[in-house]
Amino acid sequence: MDYSQFLYMPQELGLLVVFLLVFLFDTFAPRRCQSSLPVLTVVLFGIFTVCNYFMMVRGTAFSGMYESTAATFVMKAILNVGVLIVFIQSIKWANSEAMAVRRGEFYELLLLTVFGMYLMISSRHFLLFVIGLETASLPLAALVAFHKKRYESHEAAAKYMFTAIFSSAIFLMGLSFVYGLFGSLYFSDIAYQVVNNTSAMLVVAIAFVIAGIGFKLSLVPFHLWTADVYQGAPTPVTSYLSVISKGAAAFAFMVLLVQVFGAAYSKVWEWMLYAIIILTITLGNLFAIRQRNIKRFLAFSSISQAGYIMLGVIGANEIGLASLMYYVLVYIVSNLAAFGVAFAIEQQSGKVSIDDYNGLYKTNPWLSFTMMLAMFSLGGIPPFAGFFSKFFIFLGALECGEVSIYILVLIALINTIISLYYYLLVVKAMFISPDECSIPNFRSSCGERVALTVCALGIILVGIASCIYTFLVETAQDGTTMFGLLN
Amino acid sequence: MEFTILMYLVPAMIMFGCGIYGFITRKNMIAILISLELMLNAVDINFAVFNRFLFPGQMEGMFFSLFAIGLAAAETALAIAIVINVYRAVRNVDIRQLTKMKF
Repeated sequence: MDYSQFLYMPQELGLLVVFLLVFLFDTFAPRRCQSSLPVLTVVLFGIFTVCNYFMMVRGTAFSGMYESTAATFVMKAILNVGVLIVFIQSIKWANSEAMAVRRGEFYELLLLTVFGMYLMISSRHFLLFVIGLETASLPLAALVAFHKKRYESHEAAAKYMFTAIFSSAIFLMGLSFVYGLFGSLYFSDIAYQVVNNTSAMLVVAIAFVIAGIGFKLSLVPFHLWTADVYQGAPTPVTSYLSVISKGAAAFAFMVLLVQVFGAAYSKVWEWMLYAIIILTITLGNLFAIRQRNIKRFLAFSSISQAGYIMLGVIGANEIGLASLMYYVLVYIVSNLAAFGVAFAIEQQSGKVSIDDYNGLYKTNPWLSFTMMLAMFSLGGIPPFAGFFSKFFIFLGALECGEVSIYILVLIALINTIISLYYYLLVVKAMFISPDECSIPNFRSSCGERVALTVCALGIILVGIASCIYTFLVETAQDGTTMFGLLN
Repeated sequence: MEFTILMYLVPAMIMFGCGIYGFITRKNMIAILISLELMLNAVDINFAVFNRFLFPGQMEGMFFSLFAIGLAAAETALAIAIVINVYRAVRNVDIRQLTKMKF
């Protein structure tokens, strides 16, 4: 075996080094140093994130099972930024009384899921893809159950686990059909044979595959686990689930659908995606309106955001890929800001209802300002990043120029207005509602403040700095043969 | 007697259907887990049969089956751990107990 091919996966190797160092420290460091583990993880992962930008290589490894391109490189870099923010946010939480014994496991399991996501994004063979998918979703079930003393945590974990296994069984069944049809599990082999195939088995296979990944992305009709799991899980895990896990699934979904089944696009899965997108955006929005718990509210908001992310897939061109990456980046900073504020308040006062946010502006102006930025960005109000990401994703979809896609984008636009209503409800509660605030003034921990500042700067700057989008478009065009088979 | 591909595929699909039916109707969490195992095993059979009958020159399907068995074992181990956690909390493994969070 030629070991030099491992050099084509520098990001995975780097992550593995970080994981091993954290693991060794957790196992062998003396007890009095243990409380510096979260900071150590943040520093190591930060160094890794920065070094990443100098580790760009292109090539394939393991006889084409693994591929590293400019696009996968940037996708992983975007995920890294989100993971780093989550790590910084949870420093104080990981050192708290209840968590202190198990903080090492928290970081190790999270690093492992990131490894799985890398494999998902880079794999060009279904075996590697499935292993990546499971590595990315199984440790998360353990993390959801991390609050040993809270009953909700166990209930959420049970719901997540059963639906995760069910969806992966469906996904594997779809793959077995694909294998039966084409006799290969390489993405490229399948793509060439899909062109002249219109069998019913292909339709079933694609439907099963979409269902399997739709679960990870929590697209309607596979979304029912989302709100319960988000509510029950510890908040850092929730923010991780809603942002990183979803972003990685979106990237993998794009690669998978376009590169493997791209040739069957108009014949087989175009209408499936249309139905899923319309349902996801609309139902996510309608259910978000009636939520009073902030975490459930953000869960349904993230469901409808996933629908917008899918619009990038339907664009299925370079602009679509670039706008998808851009959307995920903006979604990471906005959603992590919202979860960061909710997390700080929950840790300090245990309040999780939106009604408790009434008059928050008077007691905690900076937190409410950050929350306002996040809500404006998620809702898509102009000067902030969320507006540009929605704009580019609509633009990418409209590139196709069919009548049906105009109708789809129109429905998405109408839904943006509905979503503004419930995002602004939170802002109204914080700034306008006259009640006395039940949350006293407090100073959040250093890590939380750093993370929130980074998120707030991201919301403001990512939209204004047009070089980011230009860079993503160039990346998407750089050597992508992904869209070659599409018609 | 001649063994045809259908004699393997039809039982596999019946297993898969039973798994889905059991997943939806069972109330005991362990029974749900068994239904899920049925579904995953149906997938393994499918891969092995497709490989054996349609593409006998290669081993890709067999290898996939092996990996799928490993993944199924990992999933079951984790699910059992979570079921035990739930049992400790509510002294029951009835799925109808898990109704604290809804809508």
